[in-house]
Amino acid sequence: MAGGGGGRGKRKKLQFSKIYSFRCGKQSLQDDHSQIGGPGFSRVVYCNEPDCFEAGIRDYASNYVSSTKYTLATFLPKSLFEQFRRVANFYFLVSGILAFTPLAPYTAVSAIVPLIIVVGATMVKEGIEDWRRKQQDIEVNNRKVKFHKGNGVFDYTEWKNLRVGDIVKVEKDQFFPADLLLLSSSYEDAICYVETMNLDGETNLKLKQALGVTVALQEDSDIRDFKAIVKCEDPNANLYSFVGTMEFEEQQHPLSPQQILLRDSKLRNTDYIYGAVIFTGQETKVIQNSTDPPSKRSRIERKMDKIIYLMFFILFLISFIGSIFFGVYTRDDLQNGRMKRWYLLPDDTTAYFDPRNAPLAAIYHFLTALMLYSYFIPISLYVSIEIVKVLQSMFINQDVHMYYEEADKPAHARTSNLNEELGQVDTILSDKTGTLTCNSMEFIKCTVAGIAYGRGITEVERAIDRKKGSPLRNDGVNGDVDLLSSNAKSSIKGFNFRDDRIMNGNWVNEDNADVIQKFFRVLALCHTAIPEVDEETGKVSYEAESPDEAAFVIAAREIGFEFYQRAQTSISVKELDLAFGKKVERVYQLLNVLEFNSTRKRMSVIVRDEERKILLLSKGADSVMFERLANNGKSFEEDTMEHMNEYADGGLRTLIIAYRELGDDEYTKFSKKFNEAKNSVSADRELLIDEAAETVEKDLILLGATAVEDKLQNGVPDCIDKLAQAGIKIWVLTGDKMETAINIGYACSLLRQGMKQIIISLESPEILALEKAGDKNVLGKASQESVLRQIKDGKKLLDASKGSTTEAFALIIDGRSLTYALKDDVKNLFLQLAIGCASVICCRSSPKQKALVTRLVKSGTGKTTLAIGDGANDVGMLQEADIGVGISGVEGMQAVMSSDIAIAQFRYLERLLLVHGHWCYRRISTMICYFFYKNITFGFSLFLFEAHTAFSGQSAYNDWFLSLFNVFFTSLPVMALGVFDQDVSARFCLRFPILYQEGVQNVLFSWRRILGWMGNGFTSAIIIFFFCIKALEEQAFRDDGQVAGYAIFGGIMYTCVVWVVNLQMALAVSYFTLIQHILIWGSIAIWYLFLVIYGAMSPTFSTTAYNLFIEALAPSPSYWIVTMFITISALVPYFTFSALQMRFFPMFHGTIQWIRHEGFSEDVEYCDMVRQSSIRPTTVGHTARLAAKSRREQNDNFGLG
Amino acid sequence: MSSTNNAPPSTAAASKRPKYSKFTQQELPACKPILTPRWVISAFMLISIIFVPIGVAALFASRDVIEIVDRYDSVCVPANETDKVKYIQTPGFKTCNRTLTVPKHMKPPIFVYYQLDNFYQNHRRYVKSRNDQQLRDSKEANSVSGCKPEDYNNNSAIVPCGLIAWSLFNDTYSFSRKNVPLNVSKKDISWKSDREHKFGKDVYPQNFQSGSLIGGAKLDSSIPLSEQEDLVVWMRTAALPTFRKLYGRIEVELQENDVIDVTLGNNYNTYSFNGKKKLVISTTSWLGGKNDFLGIAYLTVGGLCFFLAVMFTIIYLVKPRQLGDPSYLSWNRNPGWH
Repeated sequence: MAGGGGGRGKRKKLQFSKIYSFRCGKQSLQDDHSQIGGPGFSRVVYCNEPDCFEAGIRDYASNYVSSTKYTLATFLPKSLFEQFRRVANFYFLVSGILAFTPLAPYTAVSAIVPLIIVVGATMVKEGIEDWRRKQQDIEVNNRKVKFHKGNGVFDYTEWKNLRVGDIVKVEKDQFFPADLLLLSSSYEDAICYVETMNLDGETNLKLKQALGVTVALQEDSDIRDFKAIVKCEDPNANLYSFVGTMEFEEQQHPLSPQQILLRDSKLRNTDYIYGAVIFTGQETKVIQNSTDPPSKRSRIERKMDKIIYLMFFILFLISFIGSIFFGVYTRDDLQNGRMKRWYLLPDDTTAYFDPRNAPLAAIYHFLTALMLYSYFIPISLYVSIEIVKVLQSMFINQDVHMYYEEADKPAHARTSNLNEELGQVDTILSDKTGTLTCNSMEFIKCTVAGIAYGRGITEVERAIDRKKGSPLRNDGVNGDVDLLSSNAKSSIKGFNFRDDRIMNGNWVNEDNADVIQKFFRVLALCHTAIPEVDEETGKVSYEAESPDEAAFVIAAREIGFEFYQRAQTSISVKELDLAFGKKVERVYQLLNVLEFNSTRKRMSVIVRDEERKILLLSKGADSVMFERLANNGKSFEEDTMEHMNEYADGGLRTLIIAYRELGDDEYTKFSKKFNEAKNSVSADRELLIDEAAETVEKDLILLGATAVEDKLQNGVPDCIDKLAQAGIKIWVLTGDKMETAINIGYACSLLRQGMKQIIISLESPEILALEKAGDKNVLGKASQESVLRQIKDGKKLLDASKGSTTEAFALIIDGRSLTYALKDDVKNLFLQLAIGCASVICCRSSPKQKALVTRLVKSGTGKTTLAIGDGANDVGMLQEADIGVGISGVEGMQAVMSSDIAIAQFRYLERLLLVHGHWCYRRISTMICYFFYKNITFGFSLFLFEAHTAFSGQSAYNDWFLSLFNVFFTSLPVMALGVFDQDVSARFCLRFPILYQEGVQNVLFSWRRILGWMGNGFTSAIIIFFFCIKALEEQAFRDDGQVAGYAIFGGIMYTCVVWVVNLQMALAVSYFTLIQHILIWGSIAIWYLFLVIYGAMSPTFSTTAYNLFIEALAPSPSYWIVTMFITISALVPYFTFSALQMRFFPMFHGTIQWIRHEGFSEDVEYCDMVRQSSIRPTTVGHTARLAAKSRREQNDNFGLG
Repeated sequence: MSSTNNAPPSTAAASKRPKYSKFTQQELPACKPILTPRWVISAFMLISIIFVPIGVAALFASRDVIEIVDRYDSVCVPANETDKVKYIQTPGFKTCNRTLTVPKHMKPPIFVYYQLDNFYQNHRRYVKSRNDQQLRDSKEANSVSGCKPEDYNNNSAIVPCGLIAWSLFNDTYSFSRKNVPLNVSKKDISWKSDREHKFGKDVYPQNFQSGSLIGGAKLDSSIPLSEQEDLVVWMRTAALPTFRKLYGRIEVELQENDVIDVTLGNNYNTYSFNGKKKLVISTTSWLGGKNDFLGIAYLTVGGLCFFLAVMFTIIYLVKPRQLGDPSYLSWNRNPGWH
């Protein structure tokens, strides 16, 4: 963080370079440069000669980048390896191999085919995904850039064709295609502005400047004969260092990071630059820097692994039991040389059945049994889940309610692994800028001379109004919100001020017209923005350092103080002359700029107006401004303060505007002191400058205050409110100042008046004093103690209020304190404190801290965390959290590239979580439960049969029946469940956010439910098997006297299993589309069809199933009657259970289904009542704010009465 | 705005707006079944309404079947014989006479079965010990894979090979009523598909039961396998260790109280493994042989569903509750009961 702070100051000065012809000091780092040519510094680049021999032998990487996992050659081995790393797949591979030995209870082919299908399907899926990545690579690699073809001619080429040494010309707002050495730019002094958003997430532009010697290269033709040799460091990942020299015209010039333009950053505010390619492709710093994203697995999948282990345990257990019985039976076969079961010829047998060595036979049997009961492990589970998840992701991508019209961006699930995790989010960790806010400031209100102006309404006010006005507005339709906000959207960016008293020149009629004039004049003059006049329209636009500064200048322009020209020492403004009543052009002589910084919290300019009066114009935070007011300048202080409090509560960013006149003497004195300070070279130069400024920034006369809305993205307050109702906690982690963060907290209703704020910061005077003293050890220790004390105090406060429902706490902590709060011995206490608070805001936090906080929440609470952010500084957080959601906004793609799911606006989170998340969670968990259910039903029926074959390892069914069970007859309906099922529609998901708690509390995938389903499986298997053997017994099963042999018995039992598991699915589905109908009934039909077709094949192939259906089963009434009986009986327990559950212990979704079913959803009053009772007493969000407000009002009334 | 950053303006990209369709928006029309009391009660009622008549019908069918079961394995060993295994293993034809009384009028076809107990025809070693190619195709006489140890005898292949064929049941029954022999037809007692497609018409037994250890019955090597129906029936293995197999058919009517004399050839060894042997004479109904289970089970489940339907109705009437009761949505309630 310290680094960031330091960098900030420097950048500011650099930007002034343009205004004041500031020249960047040349850096010569002789120490580092001596290493050139040595190990690690061996790179030699022949600029403009990529074809020369020396360049050829060096064979640098091409500029082709690849993010694919596989290549054509490695695909097969690598993906196979990946596949068989899974325990279950490995087990199937081993049993498939064992199936070639005589141990196998079935033929090898029938064991291998499903495995091939399953593994093949997964590999196809992997292949497609990798192909997509490849497409993305191709897009990037085929971007065009102008490069020097020779003879001073530039032409477009694809990025991938660039070679080290090429000279490229990059134009405004283009990305740099590789790491470049800046040679010259459209500016005379060869500076250029670079946006490094994709690298470090900082939105500030950075200034780069070329070496003086290459500045002259201004035209394409200048490049023709340019030759230089760059010797520099080898490729490395350090973004902020570069060591190299350039040999140009037989002179050595040292190079620094100042001349390096990094790939993936963007040229801004500069028409074009020329650069030489230094590092390409994989060797660029940004790619060297990228780490493989951690592969994330959802909680459910991790639990599923546990279930699989449980299944393996059951599998081993029953195999073991079977083997013991088998061993005993086998040993008994030969007693005193007499064969017991003589028909098995036990005295002349293989080792597998040898009674003389029964233990060995038992061990062999154990292996056989492991293969036979492999049906306990659903072989197609993984692949089915993967396919289902891909399809689910497609639905997420296709959702029109998550499509952002303005940027033409739909939602995009980049990994499909985490769909169901979206339904279980407990804590959201959100970035601020670009995520909650648009990073655009709008001038919305002001108070001048104690009178509040501005009728613009903020997003929060809008949300609250909506809430009050119509409590039952349609939640599902986001379009509404869009419409509302787009109507109210101002036509001018950065300006959303509505007030007829001031606009359109009406301000002259106000009583305090002179104050208003002064006020806006300050806004028009006190800044560092640069105007850009559009030559055709004459319109002025501004390049400002920060968006709020731009908002001020724009506001001034709109009111009638148009700043249009900035020269070295003057500022020109068109303004209305009160005396003449018409516009005149005025030139103010700019004497000094007293810069803004975080300690001063104010900025001033000193100008001389046309009447030769010297004015100090100042704007700053209330905390520093009020104390600097002159006694005669406080006339509006009280009103202004009141208005400012109102603004702050509405989440607006306020600044005090004040001015004073300076006498000539006073100015001369100041000027001398100030210039001395500026020219000093000592370490405390900054301090001296601040001190000098201090001497004039006093006795100010208050004019008023501005309120700028750090514009929230559309629908953010609503979304936060909904998420809070769903019981999701929201933390804001931002790199912003504490004040800004708190403002936004208010704006989002995460904070409100009356909430107890626990602020942990290290801004206390003692700490600051220690900091000045500079002893790091002492400072560290003191800071640590201070933070610990503050945390403990907060905890005490929290504990004291336990039990009170109305009291809510907010924790606000800054980055420096966070450093200490995240230390091992403190962090648990910190976490406890944070969990106890209704909202948590971490400000001034570095990307690393964001990630650490995320990790703390994730591992500390064990709950699912979701991080959402848009900038590269959020990457760590996104990767650390269980789910990373990237906002694909305007700020580059870095966050999106490392996110799991990308959405265009924060508000889509509501739908993503409450609708898609809930659905996916429900689908996947039900799907997995069902998978185990059906495989237990099937596997256990095998076991029961085997028990009746003296545990000899004989399966009840034909080999192909066995192997196709998972693949054909039962796999499609369950996948349809995974893709299509919905307990309630999207509308209801949004209307009853409490439903989301099913996921957070994980009720649909609790062990109780999983074991319940397993129990259901065992019950079904028992019912099927025993009813089958009792019904068929030994008597004739049809009127021609035939008995049911092994083949018929297997056929009937299998039919029952197919019916039962498919009908069970039909009972479990709560959303029966045509697709489900087709797949469920189709699966059953396919079984009969299969029986017919397979039975018609030659007996060599169909073995026991030959003509089974046509000849034996279909004509026998008992076949049909037994099937019907068993199917229904096996379902009665589940049906009864669900009926009882629905009647006595309905789950949330059950109740909501009821409400829908009974048609109460149309009954407005009823719904409101239900909502009231279902809504958790939220502590944040505007619902809570409204409630708190009404409580306060009640209290007030009571007090009055 | 950011999408147009690429150097040469790319062709105006088509909007990425997802196409709206009921499918992609997951708004397909669907029925959304939920378990309302009406549904639950109707479902249970429906099941009982269907099940009870079927149960009654099945029970009647089973009661209509006349079945005579006679266990003879222990009776047919002379009382003074202590070692039954030794007795049965002594070579020679062992006859035994039984008399059966017909309890009720039996209409043809009357089926004669033998029933074995505790005989694991479904044992994996046993089930696999055959070679289907050899049985079907005369050219495949030498394919005896899987038949070990009954594959070769004196280095020539056994047809039919394997343990199943080798252990062919060899008890014989002949019936007479009032000293008039009752003809037992042994034709078409096997499955047609077995006779026609699994056992070759030109495959003749060879080398069968010629080894030192003789298992069960011998076969006439002049008759092709497809016509050796006892073998065909035997080779269709049973599912469970207790099973009946068709021995033949009596095509004449048997009157009530007819006395039937059975002359048994008690040759098959079930004594080693404590198996039982039974002779079964039975008629069939449309549902097959005599077994009350299905009828009773149908009635039980039907009754149970009726009971549940009544219970739910009572619950519904006595304690009606609005099922969309919002109190079940209360925040503090633990939603998990399953």
